[in-house]
Amino acid sequence: MSLKDKLSELRQRGLADIKQSTDLKDVNQVRVQLLGKKGPITEVLRGMRDLDTAERPKVGAFANEIRDDLTAALTQRKEELEQAVLNAQLAKETIDVSLPGTPVAKGEPHVIQQIVDQIEDLFLGMGYQVLSGPEVEEDKYNFEMMNLPKNHPARDMQDTFYITKEILMRTQTSPMQARAMEKHDFSKGPLKMISPGVVYRRDTDDPTHSHQFHQVEGLVIDKHVTMADLKGTLQVLAHELFGDKFDVRLRPSYFPFTEPSVEADITCFNCGGKGCKVCKNTGWIEVLGAGMVHPNVLKMAGVDPDVYGGFAFGVGPDRFAMLKYGVDDIRNFYLNDVRFLTQFTKKG
Amino acid sequence: MKISYNWIKEYLDLDAKPVDLAEKIERTSVEVDDVTKPSDGLKKIVVGHVLSVEAHPDSDHLHICQVDVGEAEPLQIVCGAPNIAEGQNVIVALPGSRIANNVKIKKSKMRGVPSAGMICALQEIGFSEDVVPKAYVDGIYVLPEDATPGDAVYDYLGMNDSLIDLDVTPNRGDMLSLYGTLHDLAAIYDKPVELDHPEVKEDGAAIDDQLAVHVDDALSSQYRMRLVKNLKLAPSPMWLQIRLWNAGMRPINNVVDITNYIMLKYGQPLHAFDYDKFNGEDVYVRTAKAGEKLTTLDENDHDLDENDIVIADQKGPIGLAGVMGGLDASIQEGTTTVAIESAVFEHDHIRKAAQRHHLHTDASQRFERGVNQAGVQEALDAAAQMMNELAGGEVQKGTVVGSHNIPEPAVINLTLTHVNAILGTALTMDQVSHILESLGFEVTISADTLTVTVPVRRNDIHIPADLLEEIARIYGYDQLPATLPTGRMTMGSLTAKQRLVRATRKSLEGLGLNQAISYALTTADKAKMFMMQASETTELAWPMTVDHAVLRMNLITGLLDDIAYNSARKVKDVALYEQGRVFYREDGQDRPAEEEHIAGAITGTLLPAAWNQPAKPVDFFQMKGIVAAYLKDMAVNGDVTYVPNADMPEMHPGRTADILVHGHRIGFLGEVHPSIAKKFKVGATYVFELNLQAIVDMPKQENQYDVISRYPAITRDIAMLVDNDITNEQIVALIERRGGAFLQSVKLFDVYDGVKVPKGKKSLAYTLTYQDKHETLVDDAVTQAFDKVSKRLEEELGAEIR
Repeated sequence: MSLKDKLSELRQRGLADIKQSTDLKDVNQVRVQLLGKKGPITEVLRGMRDLDTAERPKVGAFANEIRDDLTAALTQRKEELEQAVLNAQLAKETIDVSLPGTPVAKGEPHVIQQIVDQIEDLFLGMGYQVLSGPEVEEDKYNFEMMNLPKNHPARDMQDTFYITKEILMRTQTSPMQARAMEKHDFSKGPLKMISPGVVYRRDTDDPTHSHQFHQVEGLVIDKHVTMADLKGTLQVLAHELFGDKFDVRLRPSYFPFTEPSVEADITCFNCGGKGCKVCKNTGWIEVLGAGMVHPNVLKMAGVDPDVYGGFAFGVGPDRFAMLKYGVDDIRNFYLNDVRFLTQFTKKG
Repeated sequence: MKISYNWIKEYLDLDAKPVDLAEKIERTSVEVDDVTKPSDGLKKIVVGHVLSVEAHPDSDHLHICQVDVGEAEPLQIVCGAPNIAEGQNVIVALPGSRIANNVKIKKSKMRGVPSAGMICALQEIGFSEDVVPKAYVDGIYVLPEDATPGDAVYDYLGMNDSLIDLDVTPNRGDMLSLYGTLHDLAAIYDKPVELDHPEVKEDGAAIDDQLAVHVDDALSSQYRMRLVKNLKLAPSPMWLQIRLWNAGMRPINNVVDITNYIMLKYGQPLHAFDYDKFNGEDVYVRTAKAGEKLTTLDENDHDLDENDIVIADQKGPIGLAGVMGGLDASIQEGTTTVAIESAVFEHDHIRKAAQRHHLHTDASQRFERGVNQAGVQEALDAAAQMMNELAGGEVQKGTVVGSHNIPEPAVINLTLTHVNAILGTALTMDQVSHILESLGFEVTISADTLTVTVPVRRNDIHIPADLLEEIARIYGYDQLPATLPTGRMTMGSLTAKQRLVRATRKSLEGLGLNQAISYALTTADKAKMFMMQASETTELAWPMTVDHAVLRMNLITGLLDDIAYNSARKVKDVALYEQGRVFYREDGQDRPAEEEHIAGAITGTLLPAAWNQPAKPVDFFQMKGIVAAYLKDMAVNGDVTYVPNADMPEMHPGRTADILVHGHRIGFLGEVHPSIAKKFKVGATYVFELNLQAIVDMPKQENQYDVISRYPAITRDIAMLVDNDITNEQIVALIERRGGAFLQSVKLFDVYDGVKVPKGKKSLAYTLTYQDKHETLVDDAVTQAFDKVSKRLEEELGAEIR
């Protein structure tokens, strides 16, 4: 048998052995047997001395080729077997992915906070500042500077928690209008602000009344602010909070600190404007009060009403949240049942 | 005020249906509460003629009636009303009919006698008890004699009218009348309105010889009286009664009804006195004297004082001006001479009197808002004319006038430019002047300027802005364009404080706490608990309840209330935080300072038990972990230390720590004292409260990149026995101080004080990590440093290294 034939046979046998090996130990053994120092290939190569000088390189090359083939086959077999081991292992590790995930501690922002933040972000984007004011307010700011002198009949519209004759729990965020105007330097540009906060009324708590609730005041004062600007701003607000499908309409109303005064309604959530029980068949739901700032309010805050003017609005985040999420009892917001607090988890 | 659709239509040519009219009013004038048609929901209710009435054999109050309802055979109906009588026309609910509250009437038997339907009282077909004429309150209603049996009753009773209930804002007193409403509707629909004006037929003697009035002008700017003699009191005609009950007023008799009717029509409250009951011929309008008393028409007694305006005769008060008349001089059976009062009273006095005496009447409501001061005489004349026509009275010659200060109409200048500049519109001069004229205002135009004369009845209009509202609402808010403010650009950004407050909330939510918003008004006891600084309480002058009477000076009690609320509803695992204000007041100050705080409370477990992990009850160290992580988020500059505090009465004396930043106390954390927890009805609860304003004001560490060493770290563990009173903080501080240049961190990994350590001792074990940023550390260097620290621990803290 020529060396070449021997090598060919070696290859045949070697490949068959490799194929038959069933575990990594086997593969290793085969490798040592075939390619080791005492292995047949080495032996064959030793026999090259007896060949012609011309034959040697050819046989040598052939021998190398066979060694490479066997090495590749070994590696491949090894990988196959390793993969099989891994697959078996993974199969054993299979779990029931329908088991619940491990609980993590996670808190939620209060639903009213979410509404307030949303309003803040909207108005920040339109160049408004966010101001906050005292909850214990002077009668002067809460009423008098809002064009509600001591004996004004509209004071009966809101019952007030007084602390002394002149100090009270603010009944509205509107006093921030006066405070903001007093401080603002109009030479630096218009005043555009919103002021969210807690307000208090002398009410008995029931499903629709709370002695404590929230308001967000808005105010823009500049040289050329129009009622159309107010309407547009309220539209943006409604679209942001409720969605583009919601329309806004204005109705005449009365607030001593604005003239003209309006109330804004938005399309009823429940029926989309067709008319239902929630909207008393009008298709509209009242959501906020607004108007053009009364000249007296400007004057009292030291702003010249012949030069400057603007609009103001006041929205109730509690009411918004009730409407938006169908909350049927305002007291839910202040009793803090965890099952209530963790219902409003949608972010973004 | 409920206004009648049919009545409006008498004056205004309208095609709009009642609901559409109501919507238009709501969009243009004042809010509408409701539109109702009294006959809605009623079915098969007809006129019946009572042919005969027999007593029921088995009852002492039931009657068996044969009633003609316009059909071939009369119906037999058993009726329990005491006033049922033969020959009456009555309201019959036929079998299969529907009466008020959706009640169905069927044929039935009453004590064995078949009854085909029901003879109804007005209340049973939906009338409010308050408007049913007194004669019929306790029985069935008797219809006019000319009613036709079998006809539906609705038209006889005015029940097919639609009633629009206006919720009139305080500025629109003029809308509390038919005429006022008509003026607005004329403008809304741009249609002329023809109002009728009274023509009084005078008779008899001059009033001046029979009556004199003496008026303080400051109390009553106008005071007028007419005298009508030889009246015959009687029930009013049906049409008048219908007007009244549809407006929510009870018909009484023709004289009183006329005064009420005139008020509904003109908005001018009137009062009718029985002239013969006056003591003397002089009437005074003055303030009451202390000690004077008055029994009003509703038979309630009132103690008067000098803040009350009264109408008085020589002897004393006969009426509480503008609110309610007195009983003594009221119209009663036998009255033949009536003094009609038409006046304007000072609104502030009226408002306060109505409040003080709990008498919010139709009259006081109108005087508070202001009546048409140019229409006082007209209303008086209209009433006198009606008393002549409906009660046969002789109107005496002339009017006696006690005061007559009629204000001048307001004249307001306005430019078209201003109108469009403020409304954002492009209205023309014609449009603007037309709107104002349609409201009944006089307009003269000169170049860009409109000079507007506003009728006295519109007492809410004084300045150009008031006219802008009129123009805008009549033009229609729907037609206004919607734009956004232009003008100089402004920056919208949060302040540093606002950013930190937001970050605070995010941080605590990330740490597992839910945001709570609790009541800031609490009880006097709770307000004073968990105090972080001395303060006076701030109390409400007139709280609604003791539960919400005092301003809080801590946030924790609110959170404990919340936990109690959850606990009572079987929610045992609660983790809350609240960010809000506490109110500290200095002695001698009326107004408290408001300080932002942040507080948290946890009870039960932070993580619920799950299939793969047991529940771990909350403890001090979980809360400490939360606080530490939060303070790390806030990057306060300086060491945060926790110092035991055994002196807070509401806190567990052994499980409470003050929280110090750079040596300044900013709050505390720990377990609520078990006896306080019990008081709040909550389980073991861990809390913290921090002065958030202090955190805002503190210097902060800026984020800064720190090179992460490429060289390996070497760790050494050390365990030691120390006396029980040696704290972890002391040990860590010493290790950090003496640990050498390469000590990176010290981490406690075990604490043991069980049976295997001697009494009074505890075992603590730490991992010390060493690393060099610039080269690989050699073992020797670490050993050297480690040995040094071990020695120091032995020497300085008496530790026994194990």
